[in-house]
Amino acid sequence: MSFGPRMKERSREVQIFHRRIIVAVLGMLVLLGVLVARLVYLQLMSHDHYTTLSLENRLRVLPIAPTRGLIYSRDGVLLADNRTSFMLEVVPEKAGDIEQAVGRLRQFIELDDEQLERFRTELRQRRRFDTIPLKNNLTEQEVAVFSVNRQQFPGFNIAGRLTRYYPLGSQMAAVVGYVGRINEAELKRIDPADYSGTTHIGKEGIERSYEDVLHGTAGYQQVEVNAEGRVLRVVERSAPVPGRDLHLSIDTRLQAAAIDSLQGRKGAIVAIEPETGAVLAFVSNPSFDPNEFVNGISTRLYQSLRESPDRPLFNRALQGLYPPGSTVKPMMAAGAIETGLRQAGDRTYCPGWFRLPNVSHKYRCWQKVGHGGVDLVRSLAESCDVYYYALAKDLGIDRMHTLLTDFGFGVPTGVDLPGELSGLMPSRDWKKRARKQPWYPGETLVNGIGQGFMLATPLQLAYTASVVANRGRKMSPRVVARIEDPATGEVEQIQAVVSPSVAIAKPEAWTAVVNGMHEVVQGQRGTARATSVGASYQFAGKTGTAQLFGIKQNVTLKNEDIVKHLRDHALFIAFAPLEQPRIALGIIVENGESGSKAAAPIARALFDAYFLTTAYGNASG
Amino acid sequence: MRLGRSGNLLVDLHIDAPLIGGVLLLCAVGLSVLYSASDHSLEVVGKQGVRMLMGLTSMIAIAQLSPLRLARWSPIIYTLGMVLLIATAIVGTGRGAHRWLEIGPLRFQPSEIMKLAVPLTVAWFLSDKLLPPRLSVIGATLLIVVIPGAFIIEQPDLGTAILVMAAGLLVLFFAGISWRLMGIATAVGIVCAPIGWYTMHDYQRQRIITMLDPAADPLGAGYHIIQSTIAVGSGGWSGKGWLNGTQSHLEFLPERATDFIFAVYCEEFGLLGVLVLLAAYLLVLIRGITICVNAQDGFSRLIAASLTFTLFIYIFVNMGMVTGQLPVVGVPLPLISYGGTSLVTIMTGLGILMSIQTHRRFIVES
Repeated sequence: MSFGPRMKERSREVQIFHRRIIVAVLGMLVLLGVLVARLVYLQLMSHDHYTTLSLENRLRVLPIAPTRGLIYSRDGVLLADNRTSFMLEVVPEKAGDIEQAVGRLRQFIELDDEQLERFRTELRQRRRFDTIPLKNNLTEQEVAVFSVNRQQFPGFNIAGRLTRYYPLGSQMAAVVGYVGRINEAELKRIDPADYSGTTHIGKEGIERSYEDVLHGTAGYQQVEVNAEGRVLRVVERSAPVPGRDLHLSIDTRLQAAAIDSLQGRKGAIVAIEPETGAVLAFVSNPSFDPNEFVNGISTRLYQSLRESPDRPLFNRALQGLYPPGSTVKPMMAAGAIETGLRQAGDRTYCPGWFRLPNVSHKYRCWQKVGHGGVDLVRSLAESCDVYYYALAKDLGIDRMHTLLTDFGFGVPTGVDLPGELSGLMPSRDWKKRARKQPWYPGETLVNGIGQGFMLATPLQLAYTASVVANRGRKMSPRVVARIEDPATGEVEQIQAVVSPSVAIAKPEAWTAVVNGMHEVVQGQRGTARATSVGASYQFAGKTGTAQLFGIKQNVTLKNEDIVKHLRDHALFIAFAPLEQPRIALGIIVENGESGSKAAAPIARALFDAYFLTTAYGNASG
Repeated sequence: MRLGRSGNLLVDLHIDAPLIGGVLLLCAVGLSVLYSASDHSLEVVGKQGVRMLMGLTSMIAIAQLSPLRLARWSPIIYTLGMVLLIATAIVGTGRGAHRWLEIGPLRFQPSEIMKLAVPLTVAWFLSDKLLPPRLSVIGATLLIVVIPGAFIIEQPDLGTAILVMAAGLLVLFFAGISWRLMGIATAVGIVCAPIGWYTMHDYQRQRIITMLDPAADPLGAGYHIIQSTIAVGSGGWSGKGWLNGTQSHLEFLPERATDFIFAVYCEEFGLLGVLVLLAAYLLVLIRGITICVNAQDGFSRLIAASLTFTLFIYIFVNMGMVTGQLPVVGVPLPLISYGGTSLVTIMTGLGILMSIQTHRRFIVES
């Protein structure tokens, strides 16, 4: 290099160089300014935004499903339990050669092609560290065999999960109902946050109507995940609040006795404690095993249940509609005295038939030869139809509608079960609306003996029986007696819903009706006189027969000539003891032919069961 | 131990105290961030520490050579570098790009040599010319710059190519090339930009598109930028604290020990930490500017200025990339990013600055 002679040029070079340095430094400062401005923008002005993004990146909220509340009977029997069911799960990244392991596994555990197909699909879709279910509901033997050989299957695990279980099976299906997997329609109804960890929801019965009590509140755990979504640690955990337990008023012994008493016949029985409205038994027979529905019933089984002529899935007690027949007579009788149309001692002559003026049609009494002169008590005891034809004619359909609606016909009882039907109490209005026809006087007569258009559920029958037992005081039936919080021990009593009493003000009306009903089981000519023999307590009842088959005038058919499913339904309402009644019953035996022969003995059996074998029974009074 | 004539170790070893102070400060910051970015791996930190020692050795070794000698060796290094670049183009290795050359146990990128060899050679070439350079001289200089640049673009490594050429062109700038000429060149560049667009590799185009709109491809090309801006932004004023950066520790941040280590730094130390880091860099840069202003011959001035401002360009390009202002071009953060090649290159460059500063009095005396 030369540092030599051209000093002038060199100093000019240095001058230029220094100017360039200044320009470069200025440029550098500008760029630094841009950089710092950007950092200020990101780190100060947008800090909150990016903090949120960063948290969203790393934190995931995983729901923890609450434990569903348990359901107990009045006598402390567990009706709905949460049991551990075992499933076989696989974590692919720990499992090595999965296909080979599954092949070996089939020696110990049965795996069908459908299960394997579903497993392989999930295997392809899920991440390597995810847990993939292989088989649900392992038997104890499968669990044991797998446990012994588990070292052969790295990455395969048995996991326990709580599943709803109904220890009494079909016995309680009509009242407890069941849970099942949440479906699309239910998804729209529920709070998605609270149900995010929950797979099952109440579908029927108490499980459904008390869903919000049983479910509890979901807990959450906040977990930190990495970019792959793998859970690294739990940051925060808020424990779920378990659902509260329900204590029903149902007594399992009475329930079992009721089911036994039906002896496999189709029918329904509801028992209510009149004073409180507490439902003591609630039976629909035949029934089904609700456990089949919890984790999805197989199509084949469901099909067979649906198509069975006995309709086991049909909740007769809640939704079965039957003509109440003669069981409406006590309410009619109470109305007769209240309105002053009859005194208890007034007699109506029964020649075996009744005719409206100027009409040739004969409305027949079930007793063809007639009852002769019949007063109120006898009309109930012997269930004389003519007495009530005449009474119905005098009352007229409008007053009858008001009276019987007041007793609970045609309106839902308000029981705490979902899907209750209201039955039917016809009126002129109803007929105009539904049938587009005027009301005919003959229909009033038929309704007077609970036939014609009238329809009632077994629950409604039991309810009307309890209203009579209460001498008019109306208590809405309640299945759940109290709610208990298992965590805090806090108890919430379910208060009976009291409706205004039936508008029967005259005490003698009740006296006459109760006497009449007592005579049904006690009197020498009572329709159910055989029932009270040997009973250590006094009780009252009323038989009923619901005709399914229109019998032509002047034709007599023997019951043997009618095919079984067209035979009359046998009905019975009853309560015991006479004073301060503790239990009221509504009983229907489908195709049982005769209320006195098929249904009334059931009442006796249940009273016995209730008074003699349970602690609540007190036979005195 | 006898320590040479003055008895002052720094002076005898031609070490510039402010410069080495700044370098050691940055190295210390680098190692601590790396400890965090590597998920507490002492092995990684140890490895990088060894590379830093190698870099320091190289820096001090270069400082022993006088600028005069460096100038003489420049064309030789340049020629050697070109031979290696050609060799890389023929037998190079690397994923999808031929950047690496393996000779025995050594594995390195010849393009790194060019980061120093190109400005050195240009400075040497211009040092005995009358400045500002005439057009023919500029033409020759451009050849020195563009030939290796073209080879590096072909590897393909656009980022390094731009930095290598920028280092050479900076020398031209400090040599006093006229503003008019630069204006014309810029205009030509803008006109030719569309042509450049069509000759680019797909991934290069993608990077530019991604820089303009990272959200368009959040899981693909935009992922780097989105995740690194989240890391920077969530750091806030004072950061999440050392070892507490969630973006980096939970693997959201790609390349977090290498090109994107600045994002880890921003996340953990916040704006406050960034300002401290910039201050440390400014210490080195200001010292570099002082050295080039004090330099006593043309070669020294040009190479010192070029190296100083190239260092700034590295810093700016890396930080601009991490904060989403520049495309992702694969430029490491000087002295902090994990990796040996660029570390040694930067330190060697700083060694040249030391040499210029510490050899002045001999020049005056001679």
